[in-house]
Amino acid sequence: MPETPHTAGPAATAGPARAPRTPRPGQEHVARAADGGGLGAVDAVSTTDAPAGFWREAWRGMRRRPLFWVSGAIIVLVLLVAALPDLFSATDPRSCVLANALDGPTGGHPFGFDRQGCDIFSRTMHGARASVTVGVLTTALVVVVGTLVGALAGYFGGWADTILSRVTDIFFAIPLVLAAIVIMSISRDRTALTVALVLASFGWTNIARITRGTVMSVKTNEFVTAARSLGMGRTAILFRHVLPNAAAPIIVYATVALGTFIVAEATLSFLGIGLPPSTVSWGGDISQAQGAIRTNPEILFYPAGALALTVLGFIMMGDVVRDALDPKARTR
Amino acid sequence: MSTSSTPARPSATPPAGPGTPLDRSVPLLEVRGLEVSFRTAVGEVQAVRGADLTVYPGQAVAIVGESGSGKSTTAHAIIDLLPGTGRVTGGSIRFGGRELVGLGRKDVERLRGAQIGLVPQDPMSNLNPVWRVGTQVDEALRANGFTGSRADRSRRVAELLAEAGLPDAGRRAKQYPHEFSGGMRQRALIAIGLASRPQLLIADEPTSALDVTVQRQILDHLEGLTQDLGTAVLLITHDLGLAAERAEHLVVMYRGQVVESGPARQILADPQHPYTRRLVSSAPSLASRRIQVAHERGAAPATTARAGAAGSSATTAVGAADLLAHHAGEAEATPREAIVVAEHLTKVFPLRGGGRGASDFMAVDDVSFSLARGRTLALVGESGSGKSTAANMVLGLLEPTSGTVRFDGQDVAALDRRQQFAFRRRIQPVFQNPYGSLDPQYSVYRSLEEPLRLHKVGTPKEREGRIRELLDMVALPASTMRRFPNELSGGQRQRVAVARALALSPEVIVLDEAVSALDVLVQAQVLELLAGLQEELGLAYLFITHDLAVVRQIADAVVVMRQGKVVEHASTDEVFDSPREQYTRDLLAAIPGGGLEAEAVRG
Repeated sequence: MPETPHTAGPAATAGPARAPRTPRPGQEHVARAADGGGLGAVDAVSTTDAPAGFWREAWRGMRRRPLFWVSGAIIVLVLLVAALPDLFSATDPRSCVLANALDGPTGGHPFGFDRQGCDIFSRTMHGARASVTVGVLTTALVVVVGTLVGALAGYFGGWADTILSRVTDIFFAIPLVLAAIVIMSISRDRTALTVALVLASFGWTNIARITRGTVMSVKTNEFVTAARSLGMGRTAILFRHVLPNAAAPIIVYATVALGTFIVAEATLSFLGIGLPPSTVSWGGDISQAQGAIRTNPEILFYPAGALALTVLGFIMMGDVVRDALDPKARTR
Repeated sequence: MSTSSTPARPSATPPAGPGTPLDRSVPLLEVRGLEVSFRTAVGEVQAVRGADLTVYPGQAVAIVGESGSGKSTTAHAIIDLLPGTGRVTGGSIRFGGRELVGLGRKDVERLRGAQIGLVPQDPMSNLNPVWRVGTQVDEALRANGFTGSRADRSRRVAELLAEAGLPDAGRRAKQYPHEFSGGMRQRALIAIGLASRPQLLIADEPTSALDVTVQRQILDHLEGLTQDLGTAVLLITHDLGLAAERAEHLVVMYRGQVVESGPARQILADPQHPYTRRLVSSAPSLASRRIQVAHERGAAPATTARAGAAGSSATTAVGAADLLAHHAGEAEATPREAIVVAEHLTKVFPLRGGGRGASDFMAVDDVSFSLARGRTLALVGESGSGKSTAANMVLGLLEPTSGTVRFDGQDVAALDRRQQFAFRRRIQPVFQNPYGSLDPQYSVYRSLEEPLRLHKVGTPKEREGRIRELLDMVALPASTMRRFPNELSGGQRQRVAVARALALSPEVIVLDEAVSALDVLVQAQVLELLAGLQEELGLAYLFITHDLAVVRQIADAVVVMRQGKVVEHASTDEVFDSPREQYTRDLLAAIPGGGLEAEAVRG
C-alpha cells in the first residue's frame, strides 16, 4: 500500500493530558495516497440496476427457494384438480358398483375401490373441489372481516379499539371446530357456502389481532405523519399508506390459515355435519373409510393423503412467503 | 470518583496476563493488515481492508469513520465478536505480544472481559431488562474469575457502580434497567466493562444515544477513570470533534480502509487524505460559521452543485416557478415579516394511570417565538425538552392546550376544513428518520406525486415535469423517480423527503431533526442544499434539533428549550458568543471538540 509518511508540522502544544510531544513508533502521522477513484460523489444513486420495489424484491427472494417451487407445484395441482376434476378422472365418483367393493387397483382404477364399490381415485380427485372451495371461501371471508375489524381497532384506537378488541377476544375464546359443530348440527342447509360462513364467523379473530398490532406500529411511521401534513384524510391514509404496509403478515397468516380451514371442513364432514354425503369430500371419505381401517387401510390412505398434501402445500407456501416478506423473521 | 475508595484486593489488577509488567513503550495492541469479510447472498464482501492500528498501554486511541466505514467491525474483530457470517480473512492482531487471530474459543473467552473490556453502543438494549443491574455487574465479575462470598461480590458491585459515577450505588444495584435513565445505564455498562480491570477498554460509540450534556459528563468520567486505572481506551466514534478531544491518536477509516492516522492535533491541523480533509471541514462541531449562501441576497445565486435548478424551474409547466418567484420577492421586500408566530403555547398530556389530573405532563409550557419569512429559527433542546411537540403544534398536527400559533396572521387552530387544507400547502415537515419518512411501498415518483395529486395540481404530464424539477432541486438524477426507498441511502431518502416537502411550494418547512441521523459528510451536503433552497425559494425554516453545532451552520435565531420552557431566545451569534443562561453555556460546552476549534483554525 502506498503510504506517504508525513513530517509533522509544529509540535502540538496543548494536547490532551496524556499526549506525548512526539508520536510513538507505529503512531506517526501517515495518510494513504488518494487512490485514482477518489471519493466520488458522497452519495450517488445507482442508475444501472432495475428498480426494485418491496413486492418485486419479495418475489426475487421467493423464487430462489426450492421450497417455493415445490409448494407452488402442489398448490397449482390441487387447484387444477379442484377446478377440473374430470380432466384427471373419467370415472363418475358416484357410480358405484357394489360388486367391485374393496377390489384392488385395476386398469383405469389406479387406487382400487372402496366399500361401496366406488372408484377411489375418482373420489379423491372430485373431493378436492369441496375442500378447496371451503378453504378459499373461508379464507377470503376471514381476511375481509379480520382486516377490517383489526384495522379499525388499531388505526382509530380509543372507543373503537376497546369495543372491537373485546368482541374479538370473545370470539377468540370460542374454539373454532366446537362452535362450528354446534352451529352446523342445527343448520338445515349444508352447502360449501354455509360451511365457509360458519368457519369464517369464528375464524377471523387471529387476522384481526395481527392486523391491529401491525396497523398500530405502521401508523407511527413518519410517512403517515407526512401524509397528514399534506392534508390527506384519515381514512385515505389508512387505505393508501397504512394497510398496504400492514399486508405482509396478513398474507402470511392467510396462506397458512387456508390449510387449517381445509382441515376444519374435513373434520366437520368427517363428523357428518359438514357437507352432505351427496357431496364428494375428503372428510366424508375418510369417515367412510374408518370402518375398514384394520382390513383395508389403503381406502383411508388416499383421501387422507390428499388432504395432508394439500395442507402441507399451503403451510410450506406460508413459510416461504413469510421469509420473503419479513427477512427479519428468517431463522437462517 | 477515584479508585482510592477501592480496597486493595487482588482482583483490582488482572491475574498474570500478557505483558503484566506494564512497559509503556511496548504496544499493548498491534493490528496489522487486518482483513475482515462477510459472506452475503451476493458473495464475499470485504468490510475491512488492511487496517493498521497501534495502541500503547494507558493510551486513548480513537477510530473515526462514518457508518459502514468498518470502524466497529475492526473493533469487534479484536475481541472476536464479529456478527453473523463475518470472519477475519487476513492480517494479525497482537495483544500484549500474543497473536489473537486464530485463537481458540476458550482462550478468547478468557481474554474477553478480563483483559479487553467492551462498552457497547446502545445503552437501551445492552442491559437485560429482566435482571437487576447489580446482578448483571455481578455476572461480569464471576465470568472473569472473581472469587468471593456473596457479600464480597455485592460490595464489589456497589463499588464498581459508584466508581462509574452512579450515586447511591448500593440501592441502585437492586434496581432494574428500566428504572435507569440512558446516562445511568451507560454508567452501568461502563462498570461492567471495567469490572475486571481490563488493560484495554473498547468503547463503541459509548455516548451517541445520549444527550450532549450527559454525553460530556460520561466521557469526562470515563476519561478520569481509565486514567486512574491505567486502562487503554479504544474509542469508536463517528464524531471527529469528539475523537480529537478525547484521544491522542486518531485512526480515520473510510470504506474499510485506514485512510489516515496520526496524532489528533496534527490530523485536525493538517489533514492529508482528501476524505479526512472533507471530514475536518464539514464536522459541524469544528466548522464554526453559518453556511453563507442564504444571506448573500442580491448576490449571485447559490454556487452549490445544482446551479442548473434555477434554469429548469423557469420551464416549469405547473406554474410553480411564478409562485416561487413571488415568495422570493415578498421575502426580499419585507425580510422581517413574521410568518409563524407562536404565543404562549402550552401542551399538557394527561398521563395514563396517574389518577385525576394530578400527574399531567407539561410537554410545552408557555412557549413563544416567531419565525420571519426567508429566515431560519432553530428550536434547540435535549430529549424531553418539548421541541418536537412544539413543532407538531406549529404544523397543526397537535392541538395546543392553550396559546396560539398564528400562520400569516391566522390562528391555525381556528381554521375550518377548507382553510386547513389550504394551510397544509404552505407549511411542510421533514422528519428525522430517513428510513421511516418515505412509504417503503411507494416509488420515489409516487411519493412525490402524492402531494400534487392530493391538491389537484396540474395534469399528469405537468406533474411529471414538476417531479423532475423537484429531483433536480435536491440534486438527484431524474432516474431516481423509478427507485424505491430501500434502494436509496439515508442521505438520498432525506433529500427525497425534502423534495416532497417542496412539492407544493410551501413558505415554511419544519425540519424536525432532519439531518440528525445522517453521516457527517452527508449531513453537510443536506445542510448546504437546504441553505441553497432557502436562498432560491425564500423559504422559512423551523429547525428542530438537539445539536447546537449544526445550529450555528444554519440558523439566524435560536430558541433554547428545556423541560418544555424557553430558556433563551436570541440571535445565533448572541447565543454562541455571549450566552446569557447557564444551561445554554452547558450545552455549548458540551459540543464535542468545541474547545479545539480555535487551535484547529490557527493550525
